[in-house]
Amino acid sequence: MTTVGRWIGRHLILFIGLLVLLYLFAPIFVVILMSFNAPKSKLSYTFDGFTLHNWAHPCQPFGLCDAVSASLRIGLVATVIATALGTLMAFAMVRHRFRGRAATNLFIFLPMASPEIVLGSSLLALFVSGGLGGRLGFWTILIAHVMFCLSFVVVTVKARLSGMDTRLEQAAMDLYATEWQTFWRITFPLVFPGILAAALLSFSLSFDDFIITNLNAGRTVTFPMFVWGSAQRDIPPQINVVGTAMFLLALILVLGGELTRRRRASRAR
Amino acid sequence: MTSVTSTTSATATAAPTTGDLVLSGVSKQFGAYHAVRDLDLTVPEGAFFALLGPSGCGKTTTLRMVAGLEEPTTGTVSLGEQDITRLRPYKRPVNTVFQNYALFPHLDIFENVAFGLRRRGVKDVKKQVGEMLDLVELGAFGKRKPNQLSGGQQQRVALARALINRPQVLLLDEPLGALDLKLRRQMQIELKRIQTEVGITFVHVTHDQEEAMTMADTIAVMNAGVIEQRGTPTELYDLPATTFVANFLGQSNLVRAAIVGKADGQLVVDVHGSKVTVPVPRCRVTEGEIWMGIRPEKVFLAPAGAEQNGGNALRGATVTDVSYVGVSTQYLARMPWGQELTVFEQNTGARDTLTVGDPVDLHWQPAHTFVLDAAQDALAGVEDIADDA
Repeated sequence: MTTVGRWIGRHLILFIGLLVLLYLFAPIFVVILMSFNAPKSKLSYTFDGFTLHNWAHPCQPFGLCDAVSASLRIGLVATVIATALGTLMAFAMVRHRFRGRAATNLFIFLPMASPEIVLGSSLLALFVSGGLGGRLGFWTILIAHVMFCLSFVVVTVKARLSGMDTRLEQAAMDLYATEWQTFWRITFPLVFPGILAAALLSFSLSFDDFIITNLNAGRTVTFPMFVWGSAQRDIPPQINVVGTAMFLLALILVLGGELTRRRRASRAR
Repeated sequence: MTSVTSTTSATATAAPTTGDLVLSGVSKQFGAYHAVRDLDLTVPEGAFFALLGPSGCGKTTTLRMVAGLEEPTTGTVSLGEQDITRLRPYKRPVNTVFQNYALFPHLDIFENVAFGLRRRGVKDVKKQVGEMLDLVELGAFGKRKPNQLSGGQQQRVALARALINRPQVLLLDEPLGALDLKLRRQMQIELKRIQTEVGITFVHVTHDQEEAMTMADTIAVMNAGVIEQRGTPTELYDLPATTFVANFLGQSNLVRAAIVGKADGQLVVDVHGSKVTVPVPRCRVTEGEIWMGIRPEKVFLAPAGAEQNGGNALRGATVTDVSYVGVSTQYLARMPWGQELTVFEQNTGARDTLTVGDPVDLHWQPAHTFVLDAAQDALAGVEDIADDA
């Protein structure tokens, strides 16, 4: 009895774990599967037959590739700006004592905590009252995206930075490194994983955003807006191709990072 | 060893300004808190100097001011002819072995040790690092990362990383604190050997009095931001200047007494009715109320009434506690005025150990007595010993 009980105990956890994973990954499997779908009608969302046509002609639906390209451009530029600004802010907030530091620490969480619809509509009101009413588009989306990515960057880099021993920097200075050398040889390499994580997070937040973008986009169409728009009429399977490609890209990045880390660790041994 | 001879000659030729490390009138305040107060200190070139004191006494702050990681509020730090008070840390010929080592986790051992050489643009880095790693017996570990090394190995890397720059002064901030007892003993001997070989001034900060006594040739005992006493381990132990030093370095019996007279270079002291004598040079105060001090191992316990020629004696005590610790026995003797004094006796086997309740007399040589200012706290420094034990 006890051995059976133990067997169940051990494998029950495994079983529940697998169920949870299945729950997490089911939507992704559907996206991958649907990217190979040959739908019979335009509104069909059942798997009607296998084809490679969608992968061979990803830009076939009108406006899809323009939307993806807009999303990529906005995502990259927003990531660069938000990561650079956010990293500097994190350094200031961890390393310097200044008036209002505690308040800044609190306020930095506000954009993360506020509902997106509130941020989006108030930004729209701001842009319109600022005279940008007729010129909403790439730049207003970019400004909005930098705004909401910034908090995430600050929080991520700050966590990494406050976990770093300041004595390492003192040791570098003690060993004849100037402030500049100390930053680039010690501080930056040690904080870099945090900065990279913040950048990846920013990009995926920006690429993904619908609510704020939709309110401030003018006539520019990003990928999430394209998906939303086409969901009202027809669902081109190419959307799933783009979704699958993004998923693979993320997977390759994560696996590649892990592999180089392991190789480095085994070489050192 | 070849590396050692080259080190000494390089220090002598490349840096003609070598000399004593001098701190004068140095104070450091953090807000309202005085970490170091008006400190004057000279560390002779080539010395193994220990700054000893309990945690929070200002010894690490003092070290950091020498390293340039902290700027004194007042006063100057100079090295030989050069005033280095306001010099940036990377411009000082001073290197530090940090507490918990502060090895760079993203660089391997070779690059950690090479760091200082590379910043100064020194050539033949590879050869020098190789020699230095051999000196600390880590030649085969160059490709490893710091977290793949044991505590003792990391400690040696930290030492190599600082020593390779041939600084004029090497600062050691509790370098052995994180090691276990056996390894610490081993590293104490190792550090002393390396210091003798390279001839660099070592300033060693520690709260471990035994560590300071075994390694340093000069010790400065610090307490509450000031230096209580400075001298060789023997001087400090034999003739402490304050109650703090008397208690922090080893143990002392301090008895309230009064000076009542003077006879042939000796002061006559009245200890609760008994007269004892103390040579004048061993007295910090020469009149009035005093603390009379005597180390526990300097006292001899004799059966009550026994004569002892020419020494000091306090009679009428009773043994209240006997602890046998192998090499010695530790007695507590209650004096007629109620105070309990400690006595250590070697277990030579010359006589049987005493038992609780035995009436005894305490005998010791006048030359082993010391006299301290009665205004000081008799328990200063006692707690700290208990913490470390």
